[in-house]
Amino acid sequence: MDYNLIVPYIPNLRRYARALVGDREGADDLVQDTLERAVRKFHLWRPGDLRAWLFSIMHNVFVNQLKARRIAPEVDIDEASIAAPIPSATAIDVGDVERALCVLAPEQREVLLLVALEDMTYADVSRALGIPIGTVMSRLSRGRERLRRAMNGDPVTTSLRIVQ
Amino acid sequence: MTEDEDRMANADQNAILRRSFDPVLTEPIPARMYLRTPRWIDQARVAAYVAIGVAFGIGIGLAIPYAGVMPPSPAMVAAASALPVRAARAHLVYSPEVRHPVEVAANEKDHLVKWLSKRLDRPLKVPTLSGEGFELLGGRLLPGNDGPAAQFMYQDASGKRLTLYVARPHRGDKLTAFRFAQEGGVQVFYWIDDDCSYAISGEIDKSQLSRIATVIYKQLEP
Repeated sequence: MDYNLIVPYIPNLRRYARALVGDREGADDLVQDTLERAVRKFHLWRPGDLRAWLFSIMHNVFVNQLKARRIAPEVDIDEASIAAPIPSATAIDVGDVERALCVLAPEQREVLLLVALEDMTYADVSRALGIPIGTVMSRLSRGRERLRRAMNGDPVTTSLRIVQ
Repeated sequence: MTEDEDRMANADQNAILRRSFDPVLTEPIPARMYLRTPRWIDQARVAAYVAIGVAFGIGIGLAIPYAGVMPPSPAMVAAASALPVRAARAHLVYSPEVRHPVEVAANEKDHLVKWLSKRLDRPLKVPTLSGEGFELLGGRLLPGNDGPAAQFMYQDASGKRLTLYVARPHRGDKLTAFRFAQEGGVQVFYWIDDDCSYAISGEIDKSQLSRIATVIYKQLEP
């Protein structure tokens, strides 16, 4: 396979992973595992949207990591700190955004970030995550609402547990 | 919220997320993303082999139209590709280093050259690339295929880095003219002369790197 085809997507995969996982090390591990898997599975790729294919691989790797409890950002989060009000729009820094993202369920975060960062259409997201378009839309609207509340400092009422 | 307000709020949210995470796009890609598994290196070697084979094929094809081309044997290919692969790997590992790009810095150039010449057991020369806008940062000792190898690093005003990899020719290596290979995002020009094999690596424009390779070649010519 020609690894050079994949290299141009590495920055996008890293940006998405950083937002999804939160910490740099964990995010780069996710990217690394994704790239290795992509190389191993390259023969399965049908010429088409390579970006969507790479993100779908990253999704599978991410889900496996969650299952293995290697990434478990939610469980350690102190809800009080999430609910701290953010003074004004200009003062929002990456840390605030990262903390707010932690409030979202991982599957909401995935949909929201693919749309917001990668500018994916519902159809793209549906392909990348292997879920129906209706599910994409409902996760997106719930994710947006939760993020909005978290950024406003509203208390987040829903459970933050990860399903095992 | 009305539909319009909704759309505005969504756009704001997208903008905040982008602003927070877009800086990741321009961070240097960690070297391990090119090189961690041996499997990739093998595949990179195959890619280099194919590139060399194709270039070779095109060369012969131009010289003797429609003549049958025998592919190089795997052994030849392994020996020929080891040099650019090693050089590119060393480039990827050390060129992103912020604090320790070199072992011995350019202000101790005499010592650097003496030391590395001794370890490689042949007099080394460090080319000057100021004419091309690159200044010597320094160098380091590396494990080569067949004993020690040396790496000299250069940097231009914008912080772009080139590395010159120098090793003893491998047993059975034939003298070669310039050859080009690409490993991950790294371009490599390499050649082998009587005494040493050389590879200049960088993530820069191929034509610029080719010019620099020629400059180095001329300076090193006895």
